[in-house]
Amino acid sequence: MNTPLSEKRRLVQGNEAIAEGALAAGCRFFAGYPITPASEISEVLSSRLPQVGGSFIQMEDEIASMGAIIGASIAGMKAMTATSGPGFSLMQENLGFACITETPCVVVNVMRGGGSTGLPTCPGQGDVMQAKWGTHGDHPIIVLAVSSVADCFEITIQAFNLSEKYRVPVVILSDEVVSHTRETVVFPSPWDMEIVDRTGPSVPPEWYVPYEDNSIGVPDMATLGEGYRYHITGLIHDERGFPTQRPEEIEAFTGRLFRKLAQGLHEIQKIKTFMMNDAEVAVIAYGSVSRAARSAVLEARDRGVRAGMLQLITLFPFPEHLVDNVLKQCSKVVVPEMNMGQIYREVQRVNQGKTRVEKYSRIDGQFITPDEILGKLLPEE
Amino acid sequence: MPQEVTKLIHKYLRRDKKFPHVWCPGCGNGVVLGSLIRAIDRLGLTKDEVVLASGIGCSGRMPVYVDFNTLHTTHGRVLTFATGIKLAKPSMTVITVMGDGDATAIGGNHFIHAARRNLNLTAIIINNQIYGMTGGQFSPTTPYGSKAATAPYGHIEHAFSIAELAVTAGAAFVGRGTVFHVQLLDRLIEAAVMKRGFSVVEVVSNCHIQFGRRNEMGNPVTMMEWMRDHAVTVGRAGEMSPEELDGKFTIGILIDEEKPVYTEEYDRIRERAGGSDPAGDL
Repeated sequence: MNTPLSEKRRLVQGNEAIAEGALAAGCRFFAGYPITPASEISEVLSSRLPQVGGSFIQMEDEIASMGAIIGASIAGMKAMTATSGPGFSLMQENLGFACITETPCVVVNVMRGGGSTGLPTCPGQGDVMQAKWGTHGDHPIIVLAVSSVADCFEITIQAFNLSEKYRVPVVILSDEVVSHTRETVVFPSPWDMEIVDRTGPSVPPEWYVPYEDNSIGVPDMATLGEGYRYHITGLIHDERGFPTQRPEEIEAFTGRLFRKLAQGLHEIQKIKTFMMNDAEVAVIAYGSVSRAARSAVLEARDRGVRAGMLQLITLFPFPEHLVDNVLKQCSKVVVPEMNMGQIYREVQRVNQGKTRVEKYSRIDGQFITPDEILGKLLPEE
Repeated sequence: MPQEVTKLIHKYLRRDKKFPHVWCPGCGNGVVLGSLIRAIDRLGLTKDEVVLASGIGCSGRMPVYVDFNTLHTTHGRVLTFATGIKLAKPSMTVITVMGDGDATAIGGNHFIHAARRNLNLTAIIINNQIYGMTGGQFSPTTPYGSKAATAPYGHIEHAFSIAELAVTAGAAFVGRGTVFHVQLLDRLIEAAVMKRGFSVVEVVSNCHIQFGRRNEMGNPVTMMEWMRDHAVTVGRAGEMSPEELDGKFTIGILIDEEKPVYTEEYDRIRERAGGSDPAGDL
């Protein structure tokens, strides 16, 4: 553990792969607070970041961790924190600040089971809606889900890329199963990875308008201390960054925050399909559950059922059109989740009665097995 | 003198964009901002190397008026943002400004840990003993027995002493001044900004609107007279008996120690880890 990626093929844990993915993406700042089942990310980065000239800091709580990564990002570093449910709740206030100030950052939530202190060593998927709506007020955010150790590496890189490109916080939802699983991962060479950095100003400081709209709705981001002095505030602000109460400026501001993601949906919304070409019944799954779903689809095929799977990587902005295609194609769609049906409700919202959508919830801290999903895919007797 | 003040205003304020300000006439916040600007000017810092960051409240509005790199963060959290900035850009001079509720109620945990950690940051805490912006509710520094919007029958909690709290938490430099003793305040802020390590300046200030009016000090002059009559220099306090000091507070430098600075310690961590130079390419 904790050694540089000198070889491309390694047996690593999910949390370790998230840490390595962050480093590969250019993350040079991590602030965190100990919490199960996310602590290994802190541990790995406390060892790795100083090796690459970065900074690791353990803060006094998750509120502080979130504040610190925003500060580091404003000062020009790619920054990340990692936590689990209770800590994610504490981060919501400053996560909103990052959304409204358009500060790139990546927040990993390794989901545990249950609410409150819940089930710290068990998997769950109960924080899906919190990831989208946890911080107050209308705000744009991107939420990605990982399902394997390889995902942990690749999707963490994608999370940084999206965050930098769109100047938006990206939440990575892992869960206890993914994060604590060890798998052999073939790491790509650095030159095979696409790494995106935020766009800096192309004009001299006296011409710089920090929140000026442009064709992609993403203003150029100046780094603190490089001559582009401007004001950053969580108050709704005008294009110069100063607080405003003018209705036309408020609406333009909030409108742009949503438009910038709407214009980028083609690259923000990521999915994987499995055996969907001729599928008549489908599973829509994400995170570790999609692995059980994959086995269930194969087993169903063995038994003559044309099953397939849509695996959601991007949970928000919810990939409505991609889900809609599956709903139009299949006579039945099953949504298995380790919660009471959070993505199921999103699927229902898109479905509008087109086909039969069934949820399968497990809320007992146990992983959903392939057999359980298979039972929902096979014709009823 | 007025001409000199005007010159500094023209040099440092965002005068064309952000005025008039939101503070009440006679508010101590302007005195603190004046001291801060004079300190920065005397230290010869460029606007580009200064970060002025705040939390929420009347004090939180200070950064928007000045032409530095400015940041108006969340309530009580400014030191966490400043921590990230300082670690990412150790060469920048990072100054935070907070109120008493901001720093010691909602931000109390961040405050003591920032002091303990000893990053090279400055915390200016404007202590007006009340939540001013939200309408005069009691804060952690509201004196026992006084009236507040949420203590209409008299306050039954006991106040924090911010400067002493900072000393105990491990700050490398702690000073206390008032908005009445302006020359002292200038010197304290200058020394704090210059200090290598976590430096704190508590500034006893007046909120005659929300605190004073409820406590028989309804104008700034009465409140400044109160500061004049109750402040004792650290030197003189050493010669006074506990009875004589009762109800008084000390002003001056409470502590000034040399301690290892976090970022320099972390540079050594990088060396131990076999890492590259922080400024190096990665």
